[in-house]
Amino acid sequence: MLGLIIARLKTTIPSILGVIIVTFLLTRVLPGDTAAYFAGPAATPQAIAEIRGKLGLDQPLPVQFVSYVSALVKGDLGQSLTTGQPVTADLAQRLPASAELTLFGLLISMAIALPLGVLAAVRQGSWIDHLCRIVATAGVSLPVFFTGLLLVYVFYFILGWAPAPLGRLDVFFSEPPRVTGFLLVDSVIARDPETFRAALSQILLPALTLAIFSLAPITRMTRASMLAVLGADFVRTARASGLSSRTVIGTYAFRNAMLPVVTTLGMVFSFLLGANVLVEKVFAWPGVGSYAVEALIASDYAPIQGFVLTMAILYVALNLAIDILYGVIDPRVRLEG
Amino acid sequence: MNDMSKVEPPPLRFEAPPSTSLLAHAKHIVAENPVTGLAFGLFALILFAAIFGPLVVPYDPLASNTSSALKPPSAAHWFGTDQLGRDIFSRVVTATRLDFTIAVASVALVFLLGGLAGVAAGFFGGWVDTIVGRVADTIMAFPLFVLAMGIVAALGNSVTNIVIATAIINFPLYARVARAEANVRRGAGFVQAARLSGNSEWRLLLTQIVPNIMPIMAVQMSLTMGYAILNAAGLSFIGLGVRPPTPEWGIMVAEGASFIVSGEWWIAFFPGLALMTAVFCFNLLGDGVRDLVDPQRRN
Repeated sequence: MLGLIIARLKTTIPSILGVIIVTFLLTRVLPGDTAAYFAGPAATPQAIAEIRGKLGLDQPLPVQFVSYVSALVKGDLGQSLTTGQPVTADLAQRLPASAELTLFGLLISMAIALPLGVLAAVRQGSWIDHLCRIVATAGVSLPVFFTGLLLVYVFYFILGWAPAPLGRLDVFFSEPPRVTGFLLVDSVIARDPETFRAALSQILLPALTLAIFSLAPITRMTRASMLAVLGADFVRTARASGLSSRTVIGTYAFRNAMLPVVTTLGMVFSFLLGANVLVEKVFAWPGVGSYAVEALIASDYAPIQGFVLTMAILYVALNLAIDILYGVIDPRVRLEG
Repeated sequence: MNDMSKVEPPPLRFEAPPSTSLLAHAKHIVAENPVTGLAFGLFALILFAAIFGPLVVPYDPLASNTSSALKPPSAAHWFGTDQLGRDIFSRVVTATRLDFTIAVASVALVFLLGGLAGVAAGFFGGWVDTIVGRVADTIMAFPLFVLAMGIVAALGNSVTNIVIATAIINFPLYARVARAEANVRRGAGFVQAARLSGNSEWRLLLTQIVPNIMPIMAVQMSLTMGYAILNAAGLSFIGLGVRPPTPEWGIMVAEGASFIVSGEWWIAFFPGLALMTAVFCFNLLGDGVRDLVDPQRRN
């Protein structure tokens, strides 16, 4: 197992290197003079040259790259002009909000998609199979920001069930003491059911939006791989041995069908991390996505680059985790690895 | 698959031989699958709106009229009016051209870059293959929408850069398909025959390989059109690329977003609906085009 993890870690090194090189290129080589930008519109050429020297922009590219990487290693992503804070601190402060939203959305999505996919495969051609197909087709066509707005209109404006889409917690509540940064978890730790309920009601709609978005690929994959497994010899053998269909589907088929689904999770995370930005904007969610959007509007480049780099490294790490999880579930992968 | 040495007896046929014309084939496919017919119909509608839209709309999409601001849909304003009294129907129809152009331009760009790079990688192998593979892997290491944001932020906030960013994030998809298809064909009989008649490698690539993988690339293009539109609209929703007051679906949804909580649903709803219909149409169309040009992959 340890060997597998080390082997997988090695394969992520080129990805990380690629990510760092691309983000470096995005900051340095492309048009737009960073020094002129920092100096402001009224700066003299002399002042711009001075700032260029101070930022190290007059050095050759390889030298700049080395200083960029050594700053990265120290966790220095630059300073945000709008908040006046180091970007690393800003991101660290806002990351839990985004992570909580994404994970909760994924959890809802799995809770709906897995049973739906399994049922569609077991009862092929029934109404639930058709429902599954509609979900899979409609899900990929829905712009995630549009779904979010529709949900707000229906559940906030018409029905009045949901609170206003304004962040993680209503202003009347105070945040529980920060342990994990996840409000749902922290309020449980603080034994504060009121705050828990308030946080839950705020997170429900944005998480549902993300869930609807990621429903399609998970449902489709579950159905397809479940169908493939149900046709396999070992399932026929299990049936012929007189096992109940519950045992056959639950123990024999489902566990094996989960392997391709775990692999698709990598792609789902790529979509989710992008969709997160749009959902955070719709629901005024104080996460890293809305931080990046605010920075974009203010032409504040350091936070955007920090955001892109953080998301990419997070995504590489998630893919690594998925690979390792795959090894845990499937012993065959372990033997090969 | 291109082995012509065996002469096979003509297969028995009990039906009329299929017509060779593309149009007749298209008719057959539409008749067999009405959903594809619907997709082609929607596509015609989108194309019409993109070409003639600005000529046929009832109002000037930029003309504001504060006396009739925030009016719900009515006979005079089918989709209602926005906070400046602009007619939303006219804006939605006019926006088709811009959204459609962005999608077509980015798909054409990635078709050229990704397709050629992939074909070269699959045909030549070796270091070309390594480089193209590395580039594709590096792009895939990013969450794609986030990378697109970063690219537009770095290149500058313009519609052209939205096209470029959308093309770049689709690059791995095109490069991989083209690479796989070219790789299969590089040792095929017809390629070797052409090589033996003295054609250079580049000539082989362009005259033998590229025309043969065109159908598969066409399917790929129509399948990614929907994603390209969605991506571009997402970028303009967060304020990149298109600037107000230009009518564009993503930015119109963004403008209407703040009115949702006070109940003025139509401002964001109709552009969002148009966007959804277009994406839905392109996704269905992708399947239809696949049926049309690549019958082996029909499901």
